Amino acid sequence: MLSMEFLVATGIGWVVAVGIYLMLRGRTYTVVLGLSLIGYAVNVFIFSMGRLWGGAPPILGSGAVVADPLPQALVLTAIVIGFATTGFVIELALRSRHENDSDQVDGRPDREAAP
Amino acid sequence: MTFSLSEHLPILPVLLPSLTAIVLLLIGDRGGDGLGGHGHRRLLWARRIALGSVTLGLIIAARLAVEASGGDIRAYRLGDWPAPYGIVLVIDRLGAMMLLLTSLVALPVLWYASGGWDSHGRHFHALFQFQLMGLAGAFVTGDIFNLFVFFEVLLIASYVLMVHGQGRERMRVGLHYVVLNLSASALFLIGVALLYAKTGTLNLADLSLRVPKVVGPDALVVQAAALILLVVFGFKAALLPMSMWLPATYAAATAPVAALFAVMTKVGVYAILRVHGVAFGSEAGASALTVQPVLLPMALATSLIGVFGALSAHTLQRLVAWLTIASVGTVMVGIGLFNPLAWGAALYYMANSTLVVAGLFLLAELVAAQRGDAADRLVPASPVAQPTLLGLMLLLAAASAAGLPPLPGFIGKLMLLEASSTHAWQGTVWTVVLVVGFFTLIGLARAGSILFWHVDASQPSGASGASPKLVGATLWLLGASVLMSVLAAPVQRYTAQAARQLIDREAYARAVLGAQGLGTETTRPYRFDGPATKEPRR
Repeated sequence: MLSMEFLVATGIGWVVAVGIYLMLRGRTYTVVLGLSLIGYAVNVFIFSMGRLWGGAPPILGSGAVVADPLPQALVLTAIVIGFATTGFVIELALRSRHENDSDQVDGRPDREAAP
Repeated sequence: MTFSLSEHLPILPVLLPSLTAIVLLLIGDRGGDGLGGHGHRRLLWARRIALGSVTLGLIIAARLAVEASGGDIRAYRLGDWPAPYGIVLVIDRLGAMMLLLTSLVALPVLWYASGGWDSHGRHFHALFQFQLMGLAGAFVTGDIFNLFVFFEVLLIASYVLMVHGQGRERMRVGLHYVVLNLSASALFLIGVALLYAKTGTLNLADLSLRVPKVVGPDALVVQAAALILLVVFGFKAALLPMSMWLPATYAAATAPVAALFAVMTKVGVYAILRVHGVAFGSEAGASALTVQPVLLPMALATSLIGVFGALSAHTLQRLVAWLTIASVGTVMVGIGLFNPLAWGAALYYMANSTLVVAGLFLLAELVAAQRGDAADRLVPASPVAQPTLLGLMLLLAAASAAGLPPLPGFIGKLMLLEASSTHAWQGTVWTVVLVVGFFTLIGLARAGSILFWHVDASQPSGASGASPKLVGATLWLLGASVLMSVLAAPVQRYTAQAARQLIDREAYARAVLGAQGLGTETTRPYRFDGPATKEPRR
C-alpha cells in the first residue's frame, strides 16, 4: 500500500529531477522552465515539512486536529518571491536574446542547423 | 504612548533605504536623457537624496555600533509580538559592525557612481537603496526565514544592478548570475524547511537552543540541512566549488556595482558565522560542528584558487575579482578554525579586505579610463595621464591586500596565524595564508608594472586625468583601510569582543527570547501514533 508520504516524496523528487534536466539545457527558455519546476517542487516540499495532515484546518481551536499553519505561510512568501523572480528572469532572457542575437545561455550564436 | 527614535533605531537601517528607494522611484528616472535636459535635474535630485540617505545610514550604523560595543544585545520585536513567534531584529556587535562596514563602502561607492555611471541606465539610485535595504536586513534579522527574504531583496536588486549599463557581455553573464542565484535560493528554502521540520522553529536564538535537543536519526536530517545551507551561503560567499561564477560576474559589472558587490560576498560569510558557527557550533549536541570537517579545507582551497586566478587574469578588473575570492577564502579560514580568537581576527581581516577590494574595483576603472582602447587589459599601451597618483594608490592597495606591514591586511593575517597555533592544521594554514599573501603581491605587482611602467610611449596619452570626485571616492575606501591600521587597537578589541559575544549563546537567547521565553517549548509535538495522523480514506 502506497502511503501518502511516499507519493508526495517521490512526486517532489521527480519534479526536481525534471527541473534539473531542463535547467541544464542550452536554451534560456528551457532553463526558465526548469527553474519554475524546481520552484514548484520546493514549495510543495516546504508545505509537506509541516507534515501531511488529513482533514485538519490550520486554525487553533477549530477542532481536535490542527495542521501546522507556519509552513503554509512560508510557502505563500516563497510563491510570491518565486513569481517575481521568474518574471524577471524571463524578461532578462528576452533582453539577453535581443543583445546577443541568440537564445543560447552562453551567448553563442544559434546553429544554422537547429530546426 | 510615547515614541522615541532611539528605541526604534534597530529597524532604521532597513526602513531608511526602503523609504528612500520609494521616494526615488516616485521622482522617476527617465534615463538616457543626457546631460542638460530635464532629466538631468531629476538625476541631480536623486543623487542628493540618495547621498543624504546613505550618509544618514552611516550615522545610524555608527550609533548602533557604539551602543553595541557596550556588550548589550538589542532585540527589536516587530509589532511587539513575543519572540520566537514574531519577527525579531537583533543588533549585537557583529550585526552592528556589518552595518557600519556596509555604510562605509556604500557612501564612497555612491559618490563615485554619481560621477556619471548612474546615468547609464535607469533607476540606479533606487536599486542601490534596495540593495542596501537587503544587506542591512540580512545583517540585523534574527530569523532564518527572514534572512532568506532579505537575501532575495538584495539579490533582486543586484540582478538589475549587475546588468546596469547593459551591453552584450553583461546580459550574458547576468543571466548566468540570476539563474545560479535562483537555484541557490531553492536550496536555501529546502534547508530552511528541513530545519523547521525537525526543530519547529526558525528563530536563530531559538534554533541554537533546539538544535542540541535533536538526537538520533533526526539529527542526521538537521545535519543535512546545515550542509545544504553551507552550499547556499558558500555560494554567496564564493567558497571554492561554488566560486566560479564570481570572476566573470564581477568583471562584467560596472565598477561601482562591483565595488558594492564586494560587500555581498560578506553576507555569505556572515550567514555561515551565524548559522554554522553559532547555531551548529561546538555546543550543538549531536549536530555540533557539522561543517567543521569541510569548511577549513574549502576555505584554504578557495584562497589558493583565488590567488592563482589573479595571477592568470588578463584584465585588472578580473584580477581584482579573483582577489575577492582569495580574501574571502582567508576570512573563511579564520571562521573554519572554530575558535573565538580566530573569528575576531577573521572579522578584522574581513572589514579591511572589503574596503580594499571595493577600492581596487574603483581604481581599476580609473586606470582603464586613462588607457585608451587597451582599457584595463594587462597589455602594454599608452601611458596613463596620472601615473604617480594612480600608481601610488595601486601600491597602497596591493600592500594592504597582500598583507605587508604596517597595513591592516598584515595585522589581520598575523592575528589569524597566531589564532591557528593550537589547531591541528596549523602548518597548512600558515603555508596557505603566507603563500596567498605572496602571490597576491606578485599578481598586483605584475599588473602594476605593466600598467604603469611597461608603457608604449609611441602611443599618445590622449586621456585627461580623472575627476577629483572619482579619485576622492577611491581614496576614501583605501584611506578607510589605512585608518583601520591607525585605529587597529580599538577595532581589534571590538572584533575580538564580537567573536566572544557570538560564542555566548545563552546571552543571545536571553536577549531575544526574554527570561520566560527560554523555557518555552516551541517545538510542535509531532506524533504519528495517534488517530490524528490517519489519512482519510477516499
